[in-house]
Amino acid sequence: MEHRPLNPEADTREHLVVIGNGMAGCRAVEELIARDADRYRVTIFGAEPRVNYNRIMLSPVLAGEKSFDDIVINDADWYAANGIALVAGDPVTAIDRAAKTVTTRSGTTESYDRLLIATGSDPFIIPVPGKDLPGVIAFRDMDDVSAMLAAADAGGDAVVIGGGLLGLEAAHGLSLRGMKVTVIHLMPTLMERQLDEAAGWLLKNALEARGQTILTGADTAEIVGDGKVEGVKLKDGTLIPASLVVMAVGIRPSVALARDAGLAVGRGIQVDDHMVTSDPAVLAVGECVEHDGQVYGLVAPLWDMCRSLADGLVEQPSGYRGSVTSTKLKVSGIDVFSAGDFSGGDGCEDIVLRDASRGIYKRVIVKDDRIVGAVLYGDTADGSWYFDLLKKQDDVSDLRDLLIFGQAFAAGGGAADPKAAVAALSDDAEICGCNGVTKGQVVSCIAKGAHSLDAVRGTCKASASCGSCTGLVENLLALTLGDEVQAGPKTMCKCTSFGHDDVRREIVAQNMRSIPEVMQKLHWTTPDGCSSCRPALNYYLLCALPGDYVDDQQSRFVNERLHANIQKDGTYSVVPRMWGGLTNPTELRAIADVVEKYDAPMVKVTGGQRLDIFGIKKEDLPAVWADLNAAGMVSGHAYGKALRTVKTCVGSEWCRFGTQDSTGLGVKIERMSWGSWMPHKFKIAVSGCPRNCAEATIKDFGIVCVDSGYELHVGGNGGIHVRVTDLLCKVATEQEAMDYCAAFIQLYREEARYLERTAPWIERVGVEKIKARIVDDAAGREALRARFLYAQGFSQDDPWAQRAEGAEREHHAPMARFTPQEQLA
Amino acid sequence: MTGDWLDIGWVDEIPVRGSRTVQVAGGDDIAVFRTAEGKVFALRDRCPHKHGRLSQGIVHGGAVACPLHNWRISLSTGEALGEDKGCTPTVPVKIDAGRVLICRASTLKAAA
Repeated sequence: MEHRPLNPEADTREHLVVIGNGMAGCRAVEELIARDADRYRVTIFGAEPRVNYNRIMLSPVLAGEKSFDDIVINDADWYAANGIALVAGDPVTAIDRAAKTVTTRSGTTESYDRLLIATGSDPFIIPVPGKDLPGVIAFRDMDDVSAMLAAADAGGDAVVIGGGLLGLEAAHGLSLRGMKVTVIHLMPTLMERQLDEAAGWLLKNALEARGQTILTGADTAEIVGDGKVEGVKLKDGTLIPASLVVMAVGIRPSVALARDAGLAVGRGIQVDDHMVTSDPAVLAVGECVEHDGQVYGLVAPLWDMCRSLADGLVEQPSGYRGSVTSTKLKVSGIDVFSAGDFSGGDGCEDIVLRDASRGIYKRVIVKDDRIVGAVLYGDTADGSWYFDLLKKQDDVSDLRDLLIFGQAFAAGGGAADPKAAVAALSDDAEICGCNGVTKGQVVSCIAKGAHSLDAVRGTCKASASCGSCTGLVENLLALTLGDEVQAGPKTMCKCTSFGHDDVRREIVAQNMRSIPEVMQKLHWTTPDGCSSCRPALNYYLLCALPGDYVDDQQSRFVNERLHANIQKDGTYSVVPRMWGGLTNPTELRAIADVVEKYDAPMVKVTGGQRLDIFGIKKEDLPAVWADLNAAGMVSGHAYGKALRTVKTCVGSEWCRFGTQDSTGLGVKIERMSWGSWMPHKFKIAVSGCPRNCAEATIKDFGIVCVDSGYELHVGGNGGIHVRVTDLLCKVATEQEAMDYCAAFIQLYREEARYLERTAPWIERVGVEKIKARIVDDAAGREALRARFLYAQGFSQDDPWAQRAEGAEREHHAPMARFTPQEQLA
Repeated sequence: MTGDWLDIGWVDEIPVRGSRTVQVAGGDDIAVFRTAEGKVFALRDRCPHKHGRLSQGIVHGGAVACPLHNWRISLSTGEALGEDKGCTPTVPVKIDAGRVLICRASTLKAAA
């Protein structure tokens, strides 16, 4: 296929020969013609037997959305009209720089004054056995697409090796053409060079939902088949059947011609700012070049290069300065965008917006008040805006609050005032995507009396699901009410916009089963929470799923992880359980032996009637517990947000004033309630008469025995803020006292916020509400008690015994010991 | 254990979002952390505040919260984060075929 102007020999202009009829080569010529159409005689050599087309659009051709004619950039008429000679389908195979000629495969030789190399890149074929079998193809040109279309017509299974853009496009097209497609990707997440982990994960889920099989972290061992492709074998032994294998693992600059001609070649053909190679008569442009150490595989830098090249050719040099690249793509119909550096690092701050219901993820990375990177998934409308801010290195501190909502929002009605931006929204603008609530609906709900975030969430549901529009709702509250906004409950921590109660409600409502699941579904803004929210979530899940939830040790405070109390010198104190404060010679002897054997410097009688052994080293803890276990003692949970102690007085058995068996009841209650995890520590006491020697009226649950029965008191505290208990009720029998106690504990476990003692909890909700649930509602009380006893079936397992037997030894032993030869300075 | 690097064990011996210690005779322990992302860091096992054992803290993101007073210490720099000021010496770590190696010279310095 040739288009040649008449009588080229009569043309005395300088002859520009272009090797490469692709996007860069032709664009360079277009730029040249735009500057000075008559300056050069131009001849273009192309390897493919066709005119210049848009390679990026091969994917829609494969997918059946476009035909080849649709993606032609310059048709035959363009070459003719501009007097350009095109030699297509006869690739240049050699350059003779001394003679200034090029020679093609067919043997044609053409001389040049200036030579432009625009050979683009070659697909990288991974060197595995079977790579040359028929049916293994790349995805680079129209011939590859034709081969894929032919294979798809035959149907069957296809394997695409490579989960980058090209591979996913091939997979999408083949899938649409009816093939069963498996994508094999070496890295843990798809498109890892363009997308961060979260966006890659969303993309994988979306593609799997469309029927593709995506294998990440999968390493190809060989392509198998007898005479033609039959399957792909992975290094883990898995065999995936396939009649077509598309290799799309990457591209390499096509430099063979240049290297053979003796031009300077690094990763690509090395060029200066004017795209001139080491030979002043030879230029190069596009994916085949290396400029300032960089090689580009995207189209935008290529356009920049072509402009600089053309400026140089018409002797008005501008100079190419390299390109900052962004990627804005539609992968299988899903919009993704990324730009800059999104790997994070010191000083980088993430602003994240996740909208699970709409499948949107946006992340902007800011460093020193400037955008350094952005990743958008699902909605890329603002990609160019972020990219512009990134390239200009604009200070975004004024925009920061609005940045993540995009340009329209940040610019709409007042640049730096989020309230003004919300005010500028129309009444039918959607505020909450999850629940489909408009601005008008939120405002009318506020006008009808919902004067706090919680009230809005409770009435019109705005921001009650994923929470990503919380900021908008808060601004609407402020706009509508001015200063009358009631501050809602504080959020759990900086990782979430939800308060404790919201998180807890959603855990139960959505049947969430793990900490990562809660963080994903409720849009945590940090990857793995913080030291405030993780222990709380661990407790809420433990409470919601007794016997089912696997406790996350790494989300526990050290004392609960080591089942002992850390002291300021790094040693631990150990408190064995003494039921109801009673002990005996065996226990006392065992404690005395431990104190001597492990050289404990102090033993102290605690306020809860126990003995506390101080100064035990972390690595000795399991041995200490084994010794105490041997004497029949278990963990006293003096370290936990848990039932601590049941303190008693001697009661009717010995005391002349005693009215009931307070020690006996105390022991029974402790046997019932030990081992239970709570929002905070929980102390119980039983006094045998109103003289109250066990100080029951400053305990979380206190029983004061009287002649006619048992007074039950709740919500006392002897700490910083001393609070005397409220009287819950009076009951007649020991059994009732225990039943009410179990029900109260369970109500506290289910409804108090993590780290909230019973005293502030009761002050917050009011003792009347507690009475209504425990005293007035017999069925409710019984249900609470039953849930408590059910949960206790799983929690009354002595953690010391497990550790003494060697469980979780890594918590206690050092990983290694190092004895340096030299003296430490 | 001689040479420039000390081989202290397998990466898998350190719990994810957790830590282990290396005992240094005559000096402070070195705490070795493994983050959710799988990165491994080593620091002197002492908070710059009141010398709490950082190895006993809760690891989140690239930081650990000291168990004594909840100071957050950056695992990569040893610097206290947020409003708090202070720094714990760090020890360079490299992973080789699943083994954790810590820099010998820095270990001696940090433990001293």
